[in-house]
Amino acid sequence: MHSSRGASHAEAPPSTGTTIVACTYKGGVVLGADGRVSIGNYIMNRASNKIAPLAEYIFLCRSGSAPDTQVISDNVKHYLDQISAESGEEPSVEMAANLVKLINYNNKDHLVGAMLIAGWDRHGGGQVYGAPIGGTLVKEKWAIDGSGSTYIWGYCDNEYRDDMTREEAEKWVAEAIALAMTRDSSSGGSIRLITLDGTGAHHKYIRGDEVQQFVGDLPFPAAPPASLPLQGGAAGSMVVG
Amino acid sequence: MLPRPTSHSKALGPGVAGPELAVATSAVLDRPPQPGAHLPLSGAAPCAVDPSSLNDPRQHTKYPYVTGTSVLAVKYKDGVLLGCDTLGAYGSTKRYKSTQRLYRVNDKCVVAAGGEISDFQHISNLLDELTTDDYRIDDGIQLTPQQVYSYLCRVMYNRRNKMDPLWNSLVVGGVQPDGSQFLGMVGMIGTHYTDSHVTTGFANQLARPLFRERQRDDMSEEEALNLLYDAMRVCYYRDKVSINKFQVAKVTTAGGVSISEPFALDMRWDYKMFSNPTKWAVGAW
Repeated sequence: MHSSRGASHAEAPPSTGTTIVACTYKGGVVLGADGRVSIGNYIMNRASNKIAPLAEYIFLCRSGSAPDTQVISDNVKHYLDQISAESGEEPSVEMAANLVKLINYNNKDHLVGAMLIAGWDRHGGGQVYGAPIGGTLVKEKWAIDGSGSTYIWGYCDNEYRDDMTREEAEKWVAEAIALAMTRDSSSGGSIRLITLDGTGAHHKYIRGDEVQQFVGDLPFPAAPPASLPLQGGAAGSMVVG
Repeated sequence: MLPRPTSHSKALGPGVAGPELAVATSAVLDRPPQPGAHLPLSGAAPCAVDPSSLNDPRQHTKYPYVTGTSVLAVKYKDGVLLGCDTLGAYGSTKRYKSTQRLYRVNDKCVVAAGGEISDFQHISNLLDELTTDDYRIDDGIQLTPQQVYSYLCRVMYNRRNKMDPLWNSLVVGGVQPDGSQFLGMVGMIGTHYTDSHVTTGFANQLARPLFRERQRDDMSEEEALNLLYDAMRVCYYRDKVSINKFQVAKVTTAGGVSISEPFALDMRWDYKMFSNPTKWAVGAW
């Protein structure tokens, strides 16, 4: 029996429930995303890749409607391809971000895509842009979006520092996503990180059973329990430690 | 709004603030109690304002707030096993990660619930009242799982008829006095059935095929546990409102009821395709 009275699987569009995070650090940017795609309460994909390449050093984190963001990503990638072929230069992060915004804004009534554009270019270094639903574009030092982001504003506000090192920035992003995943049902699975610093795009994949766990969670064991771990005194108490 | 003692009248049903018997005695007939806002006559929950004194006679179906997800249960050689996770979700938020959704009625019967946790706590109270009566009567007879199941059917169906359901899917499991296993499900509108394996919620879709293929009434405990673990793993992989923290209740003729400590299961995340899904299909996710 279902707890939600909302859309059943048949009616609900596929959505990247999601937590996406991006931040600048001294030398580049780090992007991160969880891996869960759900239709209603059903997890359609538990290890999806929500970070799409727009250019060699520009990536897009996708949240909101899965097909909408896919189509936007494909279109912007194509435009950037064309532009850099004509100009002979690498596309700038600002240009990529503005293209995403144009599509979001001009199709405001139809699209439900909340995205983060982050990348590295020679002129501006590492940059992060937020492109929420509706067509706003905001350049920021760090940005989060997706349903899971609501749970981590406090963490991000409190823990972000200007001029973090690459390790510190990656840890900040991974921990933020893990914290969101532990409370948001629409986020979960594996964590993907991409770091861009001018020397290349460095990918990191954190398996679902290697993600940081918190109080109230149990660590992932290597094998199921050999025998049922029995309670002492099996009276009907509601809360167990 | 004063708390009124609610009786467990077998004539009137649980939670009724009325006389113990449906037939009034002369003392009551001489001075029939008048309803007032603070002293409702019937259908009263303690400390509840009498709904008829508010100017809204309509009843509304409630919405669930804190909910539990699937329950899985199988019969096996020695008895029954019931399993569920320990999450109390608040919509999409994984809010309470240590809620026990298994309730021990007596040493022959366990009730598990998905759906609204507060309604399950209310049902647990009703069952506790019945068990306490059994204890006080002290005749060596206790409620059988079949009786608990029948009782819960009536409770759920009655609430459904009042358009005020208890928002739960209940599983009743245990062993009957003759040693046979019992397993039944009662839904929030009173739908009920008994079977060798029973599931609620997402497990209907995910676990049932596994049970159909592998469950047998004479399976060993080890086989039954492994089947339950495999089914619980699938529920964790594919139900977004679930966590990797489970409890299993075991009811056997010899051993009575034991409910396990919460434990986690190993999960497979080592598929190569997971680490780079876009490698062979650019743009895919």
